[in-house]
Amino acid sequence: METFAIELKGVTKTFGSLVANNNVDLSVKKGEILAILGENGSGKTTLMNMISGIYYPDEGHIFINGEEVVIRTPKDAFSHGIGMIHQHFKLVDVFNTVENIVLGLNSGKKYDLSEAKKNIVDISEKYGFVIDPDKKIYEMSVSEKQTVEIVKVLYRGADILILDEPTAVLTPQETEKLFAVLRRMREDGKSIIIITHKMHEVLSISDRVAVLRKGEHIATVETAEASEASLTELMVGKKVKLNIERTEPLNTCVRLSVENISCKNREGITLLDDVSFNVMAGEIFGIAGISGSGQRELLEAIAGLQHIENGSINYLNPKTGETSDLRDHTPIEIREMGVRLSFVPEDRLGMGLVGNMSITDNMMLRSYRRGKSAFIDRKKPHDLADKIISELEVATPDAETPVRRLSGGNVQKVLVGREISSSPALLMAAYPVRGLDINSSYMIYNLLNKQKENGVAVIFVGEDLDVLVELCDRIMVISSGHVSGIVDARSTNKEELGLLMTKAKEQEGSVNE
Amino acid sequence: MLATFIQRAVIQGIPLLFGSTGEIITEKSGNLNLGIPGIMYVGGISGVIGSFLYEQHMGIGTPLNPFLAIAIPMICSLVGSALMGLIYCFLTVTLRANQNVTGLALTTFGVGFGNFFGGSLAKLANSETASIALVRTSKFFSSPIPITKEVSWFTRIFLSYGFLAYLAVIIAILTAVFFKRTRAGLYLRAVGENPATADAAGINVNAYKYVATCVGSAVAGLGGLYYVMDYISGVWSNDGFGDRGWLAIALVIFAVWKPDLSILGSILFGGLYILYLNIPGLSRSSQELFKMLPYLVTILVLIITSARKKRESQPPASLGLSYFREER
Repeated sequence: METFAIELKGVTKTFGSLVANNNVDLSVKKGEILAILGENGSGKTTLMNMISGIYYPDEGHIFINGEEVVIRTPKDAFSHGIGMIHQHFKLVDVFNTVENIVLGLNSGKKYDLSEAKKNIVDISEKYGFVIDPDKKIYEMSVSEKQTVEIVKVLYRGADILILDEPTAVLTPQETEKLFAVLRRMREDGKSIIIITHKMHEVLSISDRVAVLRKGEHIATVETAEASEASLTELMVGKKVKLNIERTEPLNTCVRLSVENISCKNREGITLLDDVSFNVMAGEIFGIAGISGSGQRELLEAIAGLQHIENGSINYLNPKTGETSDLRDHTPIEIREMGVRLSFVPEDRLGMGLVGNMSITDNMMLRSYRRGKSAFIDRKKPHDLADKIISELEVATPDAETPVRRLSGGNVQKVLVGREISSSPALLMAAYPVRGLDINSSYMIYNLLNKQKENGVAVIFVGEDLDVLVELCDRIMVISSGHVSGIVDARSTNKEELGLLMTKAKEQEGSVNE
Repeated sequence: MLATFIQRAVIQGIPLLFGSTGEIITEKSGNLNLGIPGIMYVGGISGVIGSFLYEQHMGIGTPLNPFLAIAIPMICSLVGSALMGLIYCFLTVTLRANQNVTGLALTTFGVGFGNFFGGSLAKLANSETASIALVRTSKFFSSPIPITKEVSWFTRIFLSYGFLAYLAVIIAILTAVFFKRTRAGLYLRAVGENPATADAAGINVNAYKYVATCVGSAVAGLGGLYYVMDYISGVWSNDGFGDRGWLAIALVIFAVWKPDLSILGSILFGGLYILYLNIPGLSRSSQELFKMLPYLVTILVLIITSARKKRESQPPASLGLSYFREER
């Protein structure tokens, strides 16, 4: 029998009545990259948390190099050479690289940060990382933070590395760099488990793929024998059409014209720099960029939530044909001007919905001003809530359930449903599929497409470049608050977008040098 | 004149220094313990109970053993206030109760506890008023270290205090070194900043929270002991402690969570606190205005630090939040 670097047998974990993992078997060889694939809520992260000692399994056995082990705490996991790189980085913001890396480590030797620093530099050189040991975490980019996380587990001498959705926040170029490092580690004999949603990444990096569905292990297949379609079928349990039906835009006319807007934050740092573009009715206008490049401020400026220094935001009313400048008006003023604008913000439970309120009450956030008497009308919002629940297949006990208790995908359906229900002429959606599984994502894409066919101007801010290329008609790339290009989605590709996303940044870098 | 003023400011500042050092240790673990005023009060009354029983035991004629006269109240004070910290931890860490509510409840409880026993002891001592005089014990606490007999501005500022004052400064310095130079200090800061990260790194978050809070409370309790035994020469009277507990919490913010800065801050606060006594011709109402100065300075510091947005001068990131590993 072959000994595996790590092997799980019959692992089960429940949270109350929720079964997160049921009787899961899994194994990873030495010097192998195993991808774990599954929809949201299929129990991938829970499973990995059990290997790294965050959770303790209710049942089942874990073997490392053929010997059974008990992993009760993260410390136990370290001592067995397991290191996990979490999706949400486990780093202390006000500490620098070195302090973060030595955290929790008790070698029995003297507490000596300069010694640790030397080792960190050695490890970085060995695998080709670029890392600044004295930089504070809060000054770092996402990709730098990830590097710190990886060096951290290597510093602890981990032989088994678990990466939870490592590429979700990286540009294609950064992803390639990461994969190169992972391959180098594989050659070094390390075992790597990588959790990801992105099918093409699974195919390019992994040796084998384990598929989870609803907490159960469905199959482990050799990557060489798998295809995107076969993996999706295993993952979802039925054949899914993964094509987004993109129609040609019809009857386009300019609906929104943004001219030369700039804005600064309170510290005086420029967030948007001279941004201009037009959005047509009947098209999906994509916005791509590294997160935090000004996407949020741009949408908030249009929605009346962000003060801009100069420029204008002109909305062409399809009914009256009039043009109105939305600049520096409040959301209510904008609505009273007859502008039919809907906004799906990225911060769903912060800006979009109130977590502790029911679905019905959340519907009322848009309509509470209607009606004449002092009492609010609960009937119509309740009907609307019911309609959204049945049409968008929201999994909820009833319309009076607090939104906070729903899963991410269902929360998003409630929010998108509410925003679409007011029949907008301009729909803005920021990362509407973030954290959603494949089925829910495609449902959202279809909803957006339907809006587009109805002649709505749709602005879609996305992070998955594959989706942007397939879904949108035109894509604007912004980089550090600057428009680095507007391209035709039908003729562009990810690489071009990736380059545009980092373009202005590099120029800035050369100016600084 | 100036030397006397500084000397008085230091005396006023010492209870605040104990309180703020204790609260800084506590807050670095992510526990916002608003029970500090109550805990300092309990620290004071516990010491009083200890020394009262010892003095009663020895009788009026017999001289006190210097070692016991100091050790008994010290130990009683440390145990009393550490127990308050333990209650706080049990409620907020184990049961995950709201930290603000728990802290405020402990302050109310501590003051009530102190007044109850203060009143009871006064009755035992057959005192007319609700005050107890422990002058004999107090002498051991308040007599300065006899290095020199000479009186100059130097000895007044540096050598005129009871040993607890020096202990306060030493503890504050040691705490600063602990945060900066030791592994456990780094871990404690990590717990207060980001307990999930500390947990994933294999640090026992709850243990750090418990130990830091209990040690912090014990240190703060010494402030109460210093106040009774040294500052007011062993005369306990109910509600005499005033708002020093809240000032200690304000001092934490003033010192931006740095115990070494807190030493200077405590002297400044002490000076501001008694400034009205040194300005002649103040009416009763304008005296009260002067007593606000320490709080005004704290507000000023809050404005400056939040305007500068320097991450190092911000409170520990998870201050006031409970941590539960399997939260989903």
